[in-house]
Amino acid sequence: MHDFTRRSLLQGGTALAATGALTGPALFDFAKAWAQTAPWKAESGAKLTVMRWKRFVPAEDDAFNAMVAAFKTATGTEMNVFSESFEDVQPKASVAANTGSGLDLAWGLHTLPQLFPTKVLKMNDVADYLGKKYGGWTDAAAKTCKHGDDWLGIPVATVGGYMTYRKSATDKAGFKEFPTDFPGFLAMCKALKANNTPAGFALGHATGDANGWLHWILWGHGAYTVDKDDKVIINSPETAKALDYCKALSDTFISGVASWNDSSNNKAFLAGDLYCTANGISIYIAAKDDPTKKDLAEDTYHALYPVGPIGKPTELQLAVPILAFNFTKYPNAAKAFIAFMLEKENFDKWLTGARGYLTHTLNAYDSAPVWTADPKNAVFAQASKRALPASGIGTPGEKAATAIADFIVVDMFANYCTGSKDAKSAMADAERQLKRIYR
Amino acid sequence: MADIALAPRSAKTQIREATTWDQLKHNRNWLGFWFMLPAMAFLIFFLAYPLGLGIWLSFTDTRIGRIGQFIGTENYEWLWDDSIFWLSVFNTLLYTFIASAFKFAIGLYLALLLNENMPFKAILRAMVLIPFIVPTVLSALAFWWIFDSQFSIISWSLKHLGLITQNINFLGDTTWARICVIFANIWRGVPFVAITLLAGLQTVQPSLYEAATLDGATRWQMFRHITYPLLTPIIAVVMTFSVLFTFTDFQLIWAMTRGGPVNATHLMATLSYQRAIIAGQLGEGAAISSAMIPFLLAAIMISWFGLQRRKWQQGEAND
Repeated sequence: MHDFTRRSLLQGGTALAATGALTGPALFDFAKAWAQTAPWKAESGAKLTVMRWKRFVPAEDDAFNAMVAAFKTATGTEMNVFSESFEDVQPKASVAANTGSGLDLAWGLHTLPQLFPTKVLKMNDVADYLGKKYGGWTDAAAKTCKHGDDWLGIPVATVGGYMTYRKSATDKAGFKEFPTDFPGFLAMCKALKANNTPAGFALGHATGDANGWLHWILWGHGAYTVDKDDKVIINSPETAKALDYCKALSDTFISGVASWNDSSNNKAFLAGDLYCTANGISIYIAAKDDPTKKDLAEDTYHALYPVGPIGKPTELQLAVPILAFNFTKYPNAAKAFIAFMLEKENFDKWLTGARGYLTHTLNAYDSAPVWTADPKNAVFAQASKRALPASGIGTPGEKAATAIADFIVVDMFANYCTGSKDAKSAMADAERQLKRIYR
Repeated sequence: MADIALAPRSAKTQIREATTWDQLKHNRNWLGFWFMLPAMAFLIFFLAYPLGLGIWLSFTDTRIGRIGQFIGTENYEWLWDDSIFWLSVFNTLLYTFIASAFKFAIGLYLALLLNENMPFKAILRAMVLIPFIVPTVLSALAFWWIFDSQFSIISWSLKHLGLITQNINFLGDTTWARICVIFANIWRGVPFVAITLLAGLQTVQPSLYEAATLDGATRWQMFRHITYPLLTPIIAVVMTFSVLFTFTDFQLIWAMTRGGPVNATHLMATLSYQRAIIAGQLGEGAAISSAMIPFLLAAIMISWFGLQRRKWQQGEAND
């Protein structure tokens, strides 16, 4: 934890130098004017402790901190912001919820607010205000935060992952356009393999990557871990079809995917060994930032996940919702801060700073400058619209999060694709594990 | 004045009963207790309490950040027919058994070598310790790169020598992955065994070897009948520790494979961590950890009886 003022002074300088208009008088003027008219007036002497996940790109952090500094100046609220690594956010938020102290706001992952619906401040008014002003919330984003009619948090953004491929290789394989359905995608991967320019998707314990693409395949075939009543339904003919499709696909992959973690495909792609994978925008950003990889960056393109037999997009994307605890002494300041973050004057710049890592959840930001600044970013603008919640069609919450963290679906596919188990026992195992979690 | 002086004397005839507090202060047995107290408190707070808490948690459905309810042996019942759990038990036993056997053999061999007179003895002995000094996570990351599916230096070298055409799937193939993590564990554990056995070798009196030489004993006979019996107590201690460290290994696996591919390298410790911390089910993770206790106790008992036998070997009476 650190004192925000000191940090903002130190970092304000670099932010100014790097991105020009992110901080500066204009932002402060807007913040002051906003504070005058906002529906929530921060309590006098308010003090907020905010925990967030650790940033991917410095520019995103800078934009966030500039926003915090402006909010502080405009409302007089003392802001104490600290970041935690991905794995630590949820445990720390849970402890705060449990003990009723330590944090006012927590910006976390997946369906964090669903873990303690009785400990959070209802955000219905904030969601209404922002939704009305900015063209409404996307469906998946709303589901991650809503409990019945109540908003347990605000879905700030989504960290999108999409197909990342080398155009030269897919062109050579005879696919001028990236396939949009499953058979086309399989045909392309086969052709890539034949040309010795293989695709590769993680089948190891890669929390983000492996869960992402394997849930897409599972859901694309109309198979789910649990139904809408949280009854385990993984052992189904649809799952068997998904397994067979995945097996055919994995036969075309570069060798070693069973050992891959979240960074493996980034490394292999950037080294020029891998020609198609699914990832956040980080591979492209890393190539763009490396002067020696200019050709690779130019050859790298993004595409939407192809749509499966069920005929609609079924993507698992990483939601990043923010929540305020109901034991905070300054609920109005907390609500004001959340609303302030998502106002156009802030959010456009913030998205720009995030360089495509973060995707908006409010429809009006479809026109945010970041999506046109580089045409290759455009695909990622869809992430909040094409996603299902992490629970698929089941109830978003703790159990769904556990199933993902425990690699149930990943292990099922990996067991079948590597030949360790036949389809029946792979499914039976997953069913058994899911029943353990959904008992 | 005299009256006053007399009064206390009469009072003194009545011996004051020693209060409980006096006893606690002066009784030698209690004194011993007081001196023991700091050590006891340390053991209770940092060993017994966490162990007890772990076992208690395994009987509850506690999740991270939420107090659980007592659910009896439900966690264990679920584990009983959980194929991943049993796979992790198998992996742990395989990992411990093979790695410990190799560590013992190589460690003993190195110790015998280092016990000989040779130039740069001190430097050589210090160098042997290097794998043990390097932080485990660092060496694990190095091994992760060495065995990487795309960037392995081994695959690269063999390819350039023309011996293979495709990268070896070190960490993606179940058999290879097990070999790799066991190899890394052996590499890391050998120095501990070697240096400790070397210390044991130094305590063997040279006169015994001289006597044996005069009797015409061969090198093997000298090792079999002098070195080995005298080294037994050290071997028992060192192998106990080695087995315990290997059985509870976590860092190497977590950094290299995260239990993959398809859980082929998941040890009980890593599975416990994945379920308890990553997936948030503290109760179930605690049950997996607690399930390690019988195995660890067994390892300790074996060495305990190994130590007992030593006395008998040295010609002393059994007690």
